Amino acid sequence: MSTRLAKGGRLIDRAKPLNFTFNGKPMRGYAGDTLASALLGAGQVMLGRSFKYHRPRGLVASGAEEPNALVNLGRNNRHEPDQRTTTTELFEGAEATSQNHWPSLEFDVGAINDTFYRFLPAGFYYKTFMAPRFAWKHVFEPIIRQSAGLGAAPKEADPDRYEQAYDYCDVLVVGGGVAGLAAALTEARAGKRVIVMEQTAHWGGRAPVDGGQIDGQEPEAWVAAAVETLSGMANVRLMLRTMAAGLHDHGYAIGYQSVGEHAADGRPRHRLWRVRAGLTITASGAIERPIAFSGNDVPGVMLASAVRDYIVNWAVSPGDRVVVVTNNDDAYRTALAVQAAGLTVPAIIDAREAATGELPELARARGIKVMTGRGVAKVLGRKSVTGVEICAQAGEGGVIETVACDCVAMSGGWSPVVHLWSHCGGKLVWDDAAAMFRPDAARPPTGAAGEPLARVVGAANGLLQLGTIMDEAGIPAVSEVEAPLLPVWVMPAGAKEKLKFKAFLDYQNDVKVSDVQLAAREGYESVEHTKRYTTLGMASDQGKLSNINGLAILSDALGRPIPVTGTTTFRPPYTPISFGAVTGEARGELFQPLRRTPMHGWHEAKGAHWEPVGLWRRPYCYPKAGESHRTAVNREIVNTRTNVGLLDASTLGKIVVKGPDAGRFLDMLYTNMMSNLGVGKCRYGLMCNENGFLSDDGVVVRLSEDTWLCHTTSGGADRIHGWMEDWLQCEWWDWKVYTANLTEQYAQVAVVGPKARMLLEKLGGMDVSKEALPFMTYAEGTLGGFPVRVFRISFSGELSYEIAVPANMGLAFWEALNAAGEEFGVMPYGTEGLHVMRAEKGFIMIGDETDGTVIPQDLGLGWAISKKKEDYLGKRAQERSYMTDPKRWKLVGLETLDGSVLPDGVYAVAEGHNANGQRNTQGRVTSTYYSPMLKRGIAMGLVLNGPDRMGEVLEFPGDKGAVFKAKIVDPVFYDKEGEKANV
Amino acid sequence: MLTLTCPYCGVTVEETELAPGGEAHLKRFGPGASDEDFEGYLFARKNPKGVHFERWRHAYGCGKWFLAARCTATLEVFGTYPAQTTEPPAELIAKINEKRPNWGGWK
Amino acid sequence: MALRRYSMFAVAREALRFHAGWERAWQSPAPKKRYDVVIVGAGGHGLATAYYLGKVHGITNVAVIEKGWLGGGNTGRNTTIIRSNYLQDPSAAIYEKARSLYEDLSQDLNYNVMFSPRGLLMLAQSEHEMRGYKRTVYANNLQGVETRWITPSEVKDLVPIVNIDGPRYPVLGALYQERGGTARHDAVAWGYARACSAMGMDIIQQCEVTGVRTANGKVQGVETTKGSIDCGKLAIVVAGHSSVLAEMAGFRLPIESMALQAWVSEPIKPCMDVVVMANLVHGYMSQSDKGEMVIGGGTDGFNNYTQRGSWHHVEETTRALIETFPIISRLKMLRQWGGIVDMTGDRSPILSKTPVENVFVNCGWGTGGFKSIPGSGWAMAELVAKGEPGPLAADFGLNRFKEGRFIDESVAAGVAH
Repeated sequence: MSTRLAKGGRLIDRAKPLNFTFNGKPMRGYAGDTLASALLGAGQVMLGRSFKYHRPRGLVASGAEEPNALVNLGRNNRHEPDQRTTTTELFEGAEATSQNHWPSLEFDVGAINDTFYRFLPAGFYYKTFMAPRFAWKHVFEPIIRQSAGLGAAPKEADPDRYEQAYDYCDVLVVGGGVAGLAAALTEARAGKRVIVMEQTAHWGGRAPVDGGQIDGQEPEAWVAAAVETLSGMANVRLMLRTMAAGLHDHGYAIGYQSVGEHAADGRPRHRLWRVRAGLTITASGAIERPIAFSGNDVPGVMLASAVRDYIVNWAVSPGDRVVVVTNNDDAYRTALAVQAAGLTVPAIIDAREAATGELPELARARGIKVMTGRGVAKVLGRKSVTGVEICAQAGEGGVIETVACDCVAMSGGWSPVVHLWSHCGGKLVWDDAAAMFRPDAARPPTGAAGEPLARVVGAANGLLQLGTIMDEAGIPAVSEVEAPLLPVWVMPAGAKEKLKFKAFLDYQNDVKVSDVQLAAREGYESVEHTKRYTTLGMASDQGKLSNINGLAILSDALGRPIPVTGTTTFRPPYTPISFGAVTGEARGELFQPLRRTPMHGWHEAKGAHWEPVGLWRRPYCYPKAGESHRTAVNREIVNTRTNVGLLDASTLGKIVVKGPDAGRFLDMLYTNMMSNLGVGKCRYGLMCNENGFLSDDGVVVRLSEDTWLCHTTSGGADRIHGWMEDWLQCEWWDWKVYTANLTEQYAQVAVVGPKARMLLEKLGGMDVSKEALPFMTYAEGTLGGFPVRVFRISFSGELSYEIAVPANMGLAFWEALNAAGEEFGVMPYGTEGLHVMRAEKGFIMIGDETDGTVIPQDLGLGWAISKKKEDYLGKRAQERSYMTDPKRWKLVGLETLDGSVLPDGVYAVAEGHNANGQRNTQGRVTSTYYSPMLKRGIAMGLVLNGPDRMGEVLEFPGDKGAVFKAKIVDPVFYDKEGEKANV
Repeated sequence: MLTLTCPYCGVTVEETELAPGGEAHLKRFGPGASDEDFEGYLFARKNPKGVHFERWRHAYGCGKWFLAARCTATLEVFGTYPAQTTEPPAELIAKINEKRPNWGGWK
Repeated sequence: MALRRYSMFAVAREALRFHAGWERAWQSPAPKKRYDVVIVGAGGHGLATAYYLGKVHGITNVAVIEKGWLGGGNTGRNTTIIRSNYLQDPSAAIYEKARSLYEDLSQDLNYNVMFSPRGLLMLAQSEHEMRGYKRTVYANNLQGVETRWITPSEVKDLVPIVNIDGPRYPVLGALYQERGGTARHDAVAWGYARACSAMGMDIIQQCEVTGVRTANGKVQGVETTKGSIDCGKLAIVVAGHSSVLAEMAGFRLPIESMALQAWVSEPIKPCMDVVVMANLVHGYMSQSDKGEMVIGGGTDGFNNYTQRGSWHHVEETTRALIETFPIISRLKMLRQWGGIVDMTGDRSPILSKTPVENVFVNCGWGTGGFKSIPGSGWAMAELVAKGEPGPLAADFGLNRFKEGRFIDESVAAGVAH
């Protein structure tokens, strides 16, 4: 039974007790505790259930590598599943619940899987659940899904705030242990700008627990002095609670900082740092490996280093009687720590034939029984350890002796943390003597100039002795000299199936030695195959404890050396990071912030119903109280066509193209001629991409001899401006042309309807008569005191003026129009009214009639394609065989026989089916609306030989067997002669 | 997350300031060109695993297009240069020859 | 070679002897001197091509050559989505063929690929997107693809965690394919490999092609790191590296290799039963059987062979998905990874003859490769066996670029996957 020791605990403050609950049970810990140490200190050994067999599980580790002790933390909108207790700092009022069991942690129905473990080996699901066919979706998968997963899903939106920050440095040191601090000192003293990231809340890493001397001082004292020195340097930033999550290309490091976690004081919960580092020094330490023996997952079996961490750091005893199982000298430190805390070490079980190093001798001298050449046959106990059966390591597991204990401290050696080194291409080398993969200094990750992006120091580089670690930095240090370890991947060496079926490699995913061997036997020889077949290393610890053991066992099973097997790919993040932090502050209103026209607020105040258009939001219509959208749209159209309507057209793209070669340039850009447009005249133009497809359209105005103004679609301004610059800079760089995107510099209002002129004349200031300002011309002047550019263009078929004013006057001008227009019945209209009116006139809309596969020739726009020009963008493409194919569908109008509205997007069917059994088609609807003027449905569409088939009736299958019959007609439905615009 | 140096601004910028623009030094074919030439211009891409010449626009900076020589297998950037040229600068070619002796040329 | 059938009874029988009796799922032979057909690339598409060559066309003297480990490219790196709600006829035909083959694939291969037709939604978040999806529904109905338009409240019923009201882009409805879903990606490769091996085909891993041998414009064989291999026909099925192999064979493709990323959360208990795609904001998400939220977005925009993408895409897509699914904010990202996809000039695949006689390519699946595997293999097998494309492949030839005959799916959706 674990408990809190009466004294000691270098990280806890006994003067500050903290209350928390586990599964509703009140418990108490201290400031400085992790949730794990507090739970263990409160006597809670069993903390969760495993993924597959629902076996009872407790703490294995004391840090980021912990696979078992994950809990649901918090509740309601602050509920967080899969929270790792070992890296969660205890806080007042913490509420933790255990995961993956039903009905309770102590009694879990899912544990029946453990009873049938033999029937559930690796990959059993690939061989089963295939019959009957429907059963996978309806029976098996739901059961598997329900029993898999770990924590409960959150149910509410996250109320907390997250932040992102940038920084730059010459050197980023990852890891605040003694190796990292020493490297930081060296670099900082050389004048480099240094950032040090340490994932825990404390500096010093393992050294203060493991002992030894640095520069004649206790490690803790040396660490304190080093931190003090670094803190005083202006070129150094020290960051605790900041996990270096990933090292990306060109030295882009991601740091995940815990800031106001559980503080509820307004600070962000997490901050994500994006740091461009010239060099990253990985001082990320090493992780101890478990040993695979039967029952190595029973709560109370822990890593040896974790056992001494809990004792030394937090004064928590994991058990009264601790058996140490090891293949190396380092674990003896645990035995000594256990003994020093007044607890008992019944035996140290050492797989090596002899243990004669400094530490084993010290243990013997302290009266601890050391058994060499021995292994663990089996751990006794289910929900907690009750003892171990000891056997010869060389044998098959015959029990020599049974020792009662309540904790087993195991050590299979250490694996350097090589994640960041590997993230963007650093290679590893297998060190046979130390039985570990470590970074290959000759093959580092490389950066933008091909230079090394990373260097590695300390235990992360495979150096496990304090003396050699500090020697790198030229600092004298000593610790006990350690003898070589003996690689031990399975215990005992000749373990039979029954033992191997309970010898766990990946705790969380329940992958055992037998599973890896099965994968090898079945031909899943690649380490990636084995990983994926068995799920080894795919749990939330991403194989930090299991990968090396697993690939050693795989290599052994295949009879090939470990380096030939290699590792799986290390991928970011090092430990999981919240999606909130990944998102930062770009949420809600700040997620894709709205572009607003100067009149946006006015529309909002008038209750506009919005339609997203690119990053803009435009009024779809302005419904009055009790009015449906449909009714509002119809009202707006009728009013515009009989009185006068106002449209906020500010989103329309406005690009000025200027210079001696501007006309020549526009002739290349547009399908029609723009160079011969008279000054003060407007012309509708089409733009195609080099593939010949229509990409944008709009009215071009010649402002002066060398200046044109190109209107683009609302969504198209930035794209078209970029497109212009592309050609000007990369193809015709000797042409003298200047472009400027003035979209946001002007507000634009369409004043539309029979009374439009009256309204403008009332405002006064310039002559807007038919004679002074005929259709398709432009003039500058003032209206109601506002400086304006007035374009006599129409997208509705009505008498229409589009009027641009400087953006800062947009709202005032809009309000002036509304006020002056009252007597003429002025009303604003929205995008839907705009669409219907343009469809009534048979005008095409980019994005409706076009979809990236349509060329101008399809739309009856041949008149807008200059025959005189040798070249324009898209011209060559339009000469290709498929573009000139007479079978291309062409634009027509469509009128249902019964006056109903055709559904959006319906197809006209033709006889028969194609070779793939699909119904043949001969056309489709591109735009379809109810016309309040004609009081019937109108539509446009693309139809095979359409223009030659006027009057023919096509069938359009709709929903639920309905078939719409529509006649092919001219696409101009309203005011065919165009008399209304030309007044 | 690449960094490239804009040859106009002279600053080394984040990929997020840039817009990629595909293979560089394509010769445009217009009306009168053969089907093969036109297809080659629009579609056939070298797409090498190794040294690649490509277009970038400093879209959220100076707005200028520039060209870069970059290794698509290691992401090493050999150099950047203004777009107003039909071939890479000689010193850049020399630098690549030195770093990747077997790279096979830019065409 | 007779294959021992997988079944619940076989597993139970083996349980009694601790599973000591399972044989290899596939053999690992040395290459022979000559094969009728050599397929380069033992991903899903290459293995499926081999499988249907044997099963449908009776051609079994086939080698599938793989530079790494089978299924180790994009087959094992995607987000496992299966759908066929494509707009254009040729796309709908081949993806629906694939989807329908997925329905019975576990039984056909005697390997549980866990095809899970759990339903797939594409959210419409603008008027424009809504019209595009409605058009797709009508097209699908005529193409024999079962999809329908559903209302916001139906969306909410299917996906209780979705944020219908926006605030940025409200959900206006969705394009719903009830029998779209997911499958276990690795199992698809493994199942095909096992079945191919059982037909006597050779799957040769760790064998890199270093050259393509031709004479008089006709293929003779390939040079590999395991020696020279002669072949009657050569099929290049190497997504990500298509241009590299084409270069060896002496031609260029309308392809650029780009990184596509995906990432997963830590596993949680089931909270979403369907696949949801939000194309306006470039993100999609499903929940794996293990409980992870599986997320992906669009490709990077530059040529890249590193299998690593740029971080900012991860941020942008995650932002979009938190807006769409507010509960995921407190979940944690467990792992991100990347693959290299072939992007063609019209973003549709290529199944085609090539300028070299008896060399065929299957490439350019872009972000849509996994879902198409069985259909792609089926159509490619027909092309290789007959030397001419059948109806499924007919429109996907290389000649379409010269003719300007695009198969453009971006019409209905900004991204595809």
